Amino acid sequence: MTAPLLDLRGLTKAYPGVIANDDVSFAIQPGEVHALLGENGAGKSTLVKMIYGLVKPDSGTMALNGTSYTPAEPRAARAQGVAMVFQHFSLFEALTVAENIALGMENPPKPRDLSARISDVSHAYGLPLDPESLVGDLSAGERQRVEIIRCLLQDPKLLIMDEPTSVLTPQEVEILFHTLRKLSAEGTAILYISHKLEEIRALCDAATILRLGKVVGACDPKETSAARMAELMVGKSLAQPARDAADAGEVLLEARGLNLPAASAFGTSLRDIRFEVRAGEILGIGGVAGNGQDELLAVLSGERPTPVGAVWFNGEDLARRTPEARRGLGILSAPEERLGHAAAPDMSLTENAVLTGSARKGLTKNGFIGWGRARAFADEIIERFDVRTPGNHVAARALSGGNLQKFVVGREILQDPVVLVINQPTWGVDASAAADIRQALLDLAQKGAAVIVISQDLDELLEISDRFCALNEGRLSDPRPARGLSMEEIGLMLGGAHGMHEADGTALHEATT
Amino acid sequence: MIRLEKRPTPSRAWSLGTPVLAVLLTMIAGGAMFAALGQDPFETIRIIFWDPLFHERFAAFSRPQLLVKAGPLILIAIGLSFGFRAGIWNIGAEGQYIVGALSGAAFGLAFYPSESVLLFPGMILAGILGGLLWAMIPAVLKVFANTNEILVSLLLVYVAEAMLASAATGWLRNPDGQGFPGSRNLARHPGTDNPELFAGTGIHWGVLAAFIAVIAAYVLFQKHMFGYQIKLAGQAPRAARFSGVNPGRMVLLCLGISGALAGAAGLFEVSGPAGQITIDFNAGYGFTAIIVAFLGRLHPIGILFAGLLMALTYIGGELAQLMLQVPAPAIQAFQGMLLFFLLALDVLSNYRIRIGRAAAA
Repeated sequence: MTAPLLDLRGLTKAYPGVIANDDVSFAIQPGEVHALLGENGAGKSTLVKMIYGLVKPDSGTMALNGTSYTPAEPRAARAQGVAMVFQHFSLFEALTVAENIALGMENPPKPRDLSARISDVSHAYGLPLDPESLVGDLSAGERQRVEIIRCLLQDPKLLIMDEPTSVLTPQEVEILFHTLRKLSAEGTAILYISHKLEEIRALCDAATILRLGKVVGACDPKETSAARMAELMVGKSLAQPARDAADAGEVLLEARGLNLPAASAFGTSLRDIRFEVRAGEILGIGGVAGNGQDELLAVLSGERPTPVGAVWFNGEDLARRTPEARRGLGILSAPEERLGHAAAPDMSLTENAVLTGSARKGLTKNGFIGWGRARAFADEIIERFDVRTPGNHVAARALSGGNLQKFVVGREILQDPVVLVINQPTWGVDASAAADIRQALLDLAQKGAAVIVISQDLDELLEISDRFCALNEGRLSDPRPARGLSMEEIGLMLGGAHGMHEADGTALHEATT
Repeated sequence: MIRLEKRPTPSRAWSLGTPVLAVLLTMIAGGAMFAALGQDPFETIRIIFWDPLFHERFAAFSRPQLLVKAGPLILIAIGLSFGFRAGIWNIGAEGQYIVGALSGAAFGLAFYPSESVLLFPGMILAGILGGLLWAMIPAVLKVFANTNEILVSLLLVYVAEAMLASAATGWLRNPDGQGFPGSRNLARHPGTDNPELFAGTGIHWGVLAAFIAVIAAYVLFQKHMFGYQIKLAGQAPRAARFSGVNPGRMVLLCLGISGALAGAAGLFEVSGPAGQITIDFNAGYGFTAIIVAFLGRLHPIGILFAGLLMALTYIGGELAQLMLQVPAPAIQAFQGMLLFFLLALDVLSNYRIRIGRAAAA
């Protein structure tokens, strides 16, 4: 057996009150695609941050190519051939691809040479990208390519990818996997972090599973079933979301030709959006982020002014209803961006419970906040949705992404919504908690609420939706029954639903035959 | 190497401790400055911080001055803290203070020589209204024309100063004043005066108003949805809009409140301690109140103490000028140090200092 590229031995990192990594040891071979699996809070991020030089381990050693490896900062890690693509991109929308890449380099070459190199690399690895296009005009998948190419230009030996496919369409995932396999064949090792077990089975050669900071197992993903890996991750078997079939009730929320201009140069305009959701029904809206999802949620929640006659609730035009008034009616929503939009980062969980809960939970009387009731509501959310936190006094920013997501989703669900609009309900949440959230959404519909789930996770949408439609460049395709939809049909709806309103059926038919 | 590490949750101890530490550091750095100017640093610091309250000869005069000076500072700073918490920067409280004084005085003098008991309440209302309307100029321009409230409110201070000069020399000039600039004396006329309510304390209606404002702001910030929305708008504007806060309404309300309180402070000053409208009636309270608001960490109780402390450095500073001939700019530099250290130390409540060697890159 060849010497490992990266050898981790006994890595331990403790934060006040929590041991993020406890004696973690494993090795990555050259050219290997190595999956790192684990629930939220299992310590994946901390481990990766140590490898990338963002966090210093308390004890333990790392060796790169047999020599001691102690990166003090990401620059040192990059200099030794370790590169990382983050889940959240750090790109300037107003700059071109080449300018963005030059900003991330230690010694950027002349712009002309750089553009040529970008083109070379993007061709060599099958990542189509124009160096001169503005990042603001690019899709999420293309933006990710910018980040990947930025890494590849540094000629890495180890490429770390954190949840790379969460923002990609199925087609873009294929392109990415093709690139990663090619890199791997050339000897670049890849450390791949994901929740999507099927992807890991398709792509990875080895997997290390973390639970509560410890390595609890290693497996060959090609030989191990997804269910088995999930069990290793969670430590128990997973409940499949289930519900009894129910007849859809009356129409609760309806969009009748909703048009909304983009709020900024890089926003998306909503164009002639039409749908209706009935009591007891879940409408799934798929599509890659940046195609109008945020805008749609903002207009339904009341955060952005609603055009007259465009959105109706129980036969009432919502145009003049503020977000608070809509909550009073029972129209609740949960935006995608948790920190800064769904929750205020520096405020405590109790204060964040007041953010949307004041009206329906009776947290205020004559405008005065009952902090006792607010704390009780926060505790209820923490309890019912298994939010891992020392208490309700903790600032929202101190929670991990998945835990905050559970809090935000729980806050809306526990308010007994009549209509719930939710964007990316399980984004960044581990498999077990995601199953709980989906079950809670199903239960909500069961009780007679109308639920709109906006998500990029197609498996999730197909699992819980009654009807499915796709949002693409601000246009919504006609909703279709989710049961029996094939991935090809969905891919077509995602790729270009617009302009097919009339020819919808035939176009899909032709594509699938 | 010293590094800053972001705290997961802001430290309560540090956010309470930094003002005290800032005062101590100001004493040290200020003492060094006074020593460099050839003064005895300990004596100077003592004269500034101790003598105004406890010196056997000066205290009788300067102790009531503490509340007289602190009153308007606290009243204005409380108003400013509404906007500052919401991320709305009213830098023009000085202008609103002047306009409040002008409109209140004009109202009172319009009925001269009436001595009606309704006159003073009317003057208060006029003062509040004047400050409020003056603050509405940047507010309305911001909401409807997207202008920068910092610039507009600041520039309006100079407009207000010009109005003050024209009032003192023209339309509010005392007809019996032998042509000297300045209005009739409001404080010496029953019905328009704002007297010292308890002899020897310096407490006048404005000081009472300041205390009431402190309590009202405390209750609003701690208990009321409006206070919550202000904080939310300042910390996470998108979350505030999602929650249902209307940003335009927030701008109008916050600038309105700060303008109204600054206007009230102006009226209380012109009808009490100052007594009349003069060309140099404004003494910079509106600007100093910005420092007071931050020194008090935008917290009502903090502002109460900060206002008293700031008033102390004013009185003590004057005393030091008088007794030791310390130049006035040195006193201003000393006050500036206070804000500097406070802002510099502010970082400690959100970050912790880590001292450790970084491995070679």
